[in-house]
Amino acid sequence: MTFPILSVIIFTPLVAALIILMMPAERKTEIRMAALLSAIFALALSFWVYLSYDQAAAGYQFVEKYNWLPQFGISLHLGVDGISTPLVLLTGVVMFTGVIISWGIDDRPREFFAFLFILASGVFGVFVALDLFMLFFFYEIAVFPMYLLIAIWGWVKTREYAAMKLTLYLFIGSVIALIGALAMYFNSGMGTFDMLMLETANFSARFQQIWFLPVFMGFAVLGGIFPFHNWSPDGHVAAPTAVSMFHAGVLMKLGAFAALRVGIMLLPLGAKFWSPLILALATVNVVYGAFIAMTQTDLKYMIGFSSVSHMGLVMLGFATLTRDGMTGASVQMFSHGAMTALFFAATGMVYDRAHTRQIPELGGMAKALPYVAVTFIIGGLVSMGMPGFSGFVAEFPIFMGVWQVKPWIAILSALSIVITAAYIMLAIRRTFFGEMPAEFEGHIGPISVMDKVALTLLSAMMITLGVFPGVMVPMVQTGIDNVLRILGGA
Amino acid sequence: MFDSSMIMAILPELMLLILALLVLVMELVWKNENGRKLGWLTAGGLLLVLVVSAFLGKPAEASDVFGGMIRYDSLGFIFKMLFVFGAMLTSLFMMDSEKLGQRGESYILLLVATIGMSFMATAGDLIMLYLAIETTSIPMYILAGFMRDDKKSTEAGLKYLLFGAMTSAIMLYGFSLIFGFTGSTSLTAITSFSLPLAVGVILLIAVGVGFKISLAPFHFWAPDVYEGAPTPISGFLSTASKAAGFAVIMRLFIGLFPSGEYAQMWTLTLAILASLSMTIGNVVALRQSNIKRMLAYSSIAHAGYALVGAVSLSELGVGSVTFYLIAYVMTNLAAFGIVAAFSRVTGSDEISDYAGMSRRNPGLALAMLVAFLSLTGMPPFGGFVAKVFVFAAAVEAGMIWLAIVGVLNSIVGVYYYLTVLKVVYLHRMEGENEAEHPIPLTRPYAIALTVLSVAILLVGVIFGPWFNAASSAALNLF
Repeated sequence: MTFPILSVIIFTPLVAALIILMMPAERKTEIRMAALLSAIFALALSFWVYLSYDQAAAGYQFVEKYNWLPQFGISLHLGVDGISTPLVLLTGVVMFTGVIISWGIDDRPREFFAFLFILASGVFGVFVALDLFMLFFFYEIAVFPMYLLIAIWGWVKTREYAAMKLTLYLFIGSVIALIGALAMYFNSGMGTFDMLMLETANFSARFQQIWFLPVFMGFAVLGGIFPFHNWSPDGHVAAPTAVSMFHAGVLMKLGAFAALRVGIMLLPLGAKFWSPLILALATVNVVYGAFIAMTQTDLKYMIGFSSVSHMGLVMLGFATLTRDGMTGASVQMFSHGAMTALFFAATGMVYDRAHTRQIPELGGMAKALPYVAVTFIIGGLVSMGMPGFSGFVAEFPIFMGVWQVKPWIAILSALSIVITAAYIMLAIRRTFFGEMPAEFEGHIGPISVMDKVALTLLSAMMITLGVFPGVMVPMVQTGIDNVLRILGGA
Repeated sequence: MFDSSMIMAILPELMLLILALLVLVMELVWKNENGRKLGWLTAGGLLLVLVVSAFLGKPAEASDVFGGMIRYDSLGFIFKMLFVFGAMLTSLFMMDSEKLGQRGESYILLLVATIGMSFMATAGDLIMLYLAIETTSIPMYILAGFMRDDKKSTEAGLKYLLFGAMTSAIMLYGFSLIFGFTGSTSLTAITSFSLPLAVGVILLIAVGVGFKISLAPFHFWAPDVYEGAPTPISGFLSTASKAAGFAVIMRLFIGLFPSGEYAQMWTLTLAILASLSMTIGNVVALRQSNIKRMLAYSSIAHAGYALVGAVSLSELGVGSVTFYLIAYVMTNLAAFGIVAAFSRVTGSDEISDYAGMSRRNPGLALAMLVAFLSLTGMPPFGGFVAKVFVFAAAVEAGMIWLAIVGVLNSIVGVYYYLTVLKVVYLHRMEGENEAEHPIPLTRPYAIALTVLSVAILLVGVIFGPWFNAASSAALNLF
């Protein structure tokens, strides 16, 4: 038996959370060290999975299967394919950077890191689960710590409201999808929750048409799909920096990923039937999200709505059901995850020093925080889809895919690139350049080495992917080819 | 006629009886010097009962013993273990409860009630069943009104007695109809029914057991009684006593009407009551400011969820109800235990007074997090898997509407459970430094809450063995 690397990845944060909870609350430094060590361990493992994924062989790798409740057909069936491997890496990176960004949290760090790690464990679980029941199990684990993380450590003004709103939205979405999953389980008559077996269930076209929408939309709520995106900017803004990074960086991908894995891959005929609707909704996301982002004066709200816009591109890519579109969408999940984590980290650093996020009140930060400014600009370039950065590698194929299906949607949604460029450049200019307001002079301290490590790691990933798309795109394509096989075969 | 299996069939009850007598004697021996000794004796004795009967009392195959009075099967066995477990934890919670823990009577009454519940789960005859229900109820009436100097407790005892007597009379009338028309009281012998009779019987019995499990619209007693009764007793009432009611539902309804049009009739009746119960319980719980009342309404809602499994009328259904009850008993006992531990120190049951609790005692707050998230139905705690199973049973039985009602209701539940957690973790004590107001936990509370938190986690993560045990309850019903 080989080393069960995937279950070790899932359980590392969980075990770390339990250990941290048992440590005495006063020993804050030891608690932080324990958190950092386990985050490094998880990061190393996820790099290991990424590097040793065999692209030639494709398919599901590192597969593990343990019977959990045989008479119900529930098993702990884990495995990664070309789509989920980058996301596992992303989670490892965001977890690591999240921990080092949160080094300064002084209010009950023990509970903070414990809840953050339980969340991380759930996220890893969803990305590697090949069993529908386990997918739900981990999905819910990923959702509920958000409530506490936002409500306790969030921004005082809106945290209670935002945390509850977010939890209710996500919970409603997931339970609706759960009913759909149960319907699939019983309709298949196979008595298994194993998704690889359910793929072969041949549900009737009518069944798929009825249940696709609840399942897809239920998950897509977490992906921020219009008109259920409303929780997301509020949640981003209210959350503490590390949680925003997790939230926009990986949690929203969870929704899109589960919508793909359960919605499109298990109900392909339903996906074909409903794809025009999803295309339309996602277009609204892309364009409307960008417009709203442009009108924001709060830096975090701006990034929050830009997430809605960019996640719309992911949904758009999936809804094309073409090879280009879906490949782009999968890469976009990774690219946007790194980018938005970087944005939130940088914004957090500015806010911690200036105590405001209002764009008009800021200015000249590049002088005091040159490193933050540079990385923020890199993030901005990714966001605009500049060639040479990961955003281009992701967004260009998406538009190609959309063009193949509905050219006018491609034209319409490409509009968002222009708007994005406008608001990002505006925000960069007003925040980082120009005159620094007098009250900030001398108050803006430099960032720590750890902060620099986080920013560097995130930017490096985006540039690497932008310059050498070959490190990820072929891998993703193997995963997408499998999806296309299911779509074509059905 | 007599063989050892007859002893095995009532082994837990016999041991409980001996334990009760022992407590009675030891109270005289120890006098009033220390009531906690009696508590440890009860808890330790119950642990012994649990272990011994888990190993010896498991039925190999179902049989009727004592002339058909007792049905010796897996359903009864599983529930008995659950009652003994519940009583064990309750006795731990009682120990440091004012007055309740100092007196031998309270432990004896608890043990007698547990004997009654055990017979409720195993009765094979209507007479036996009725006696068992009364054996359970009468000690519980006394326990609910145990604090004689406290108006609310007295009110709780009296209210519970009046409602209980009323509904049990109605149920008895239903039993008399069965006997009058079929000429038999044995559950296995009763087969022939005529339609008008069956309708009447179903409705009358539904009133009786509906009261026991505080199902809407027979729930009006629950909030007042849970609020007034000593907190550990409220916990016991809302868990073990409720589980006993479910055992009766499964034995009576599934036993008497396993299929055909009568089956459709009672499943529909109970399905409607279940959705009513979920909705009323959850919606009214939203507006509670007293945590015991909130938990009372939440337990009304949970009776509805569990019933969703029962009306599915399948092996999966029975298994899922039993699993649900296992998870629910652990969770709700923990919830009431935390409330008892908190009010012992602070003297308050108001939700707003829980502000700052996570700083006053992080461990207790963590236990509360576990219990409340399990009530919400979040993994990795027992409540999640339990809910999925009962909804799965409903979907399997084609009652998708019921599953949807349940799902919508659990969303309402998220709101008020999380609101409490918000107060615990987020709000601060007004004008006070929390460090100066710790909430010390005495040893029985610490043991009981640790056991329950670990158990809730185990049920939620390694659910295979638990579900196997739970679904064995269905073995002899169909």
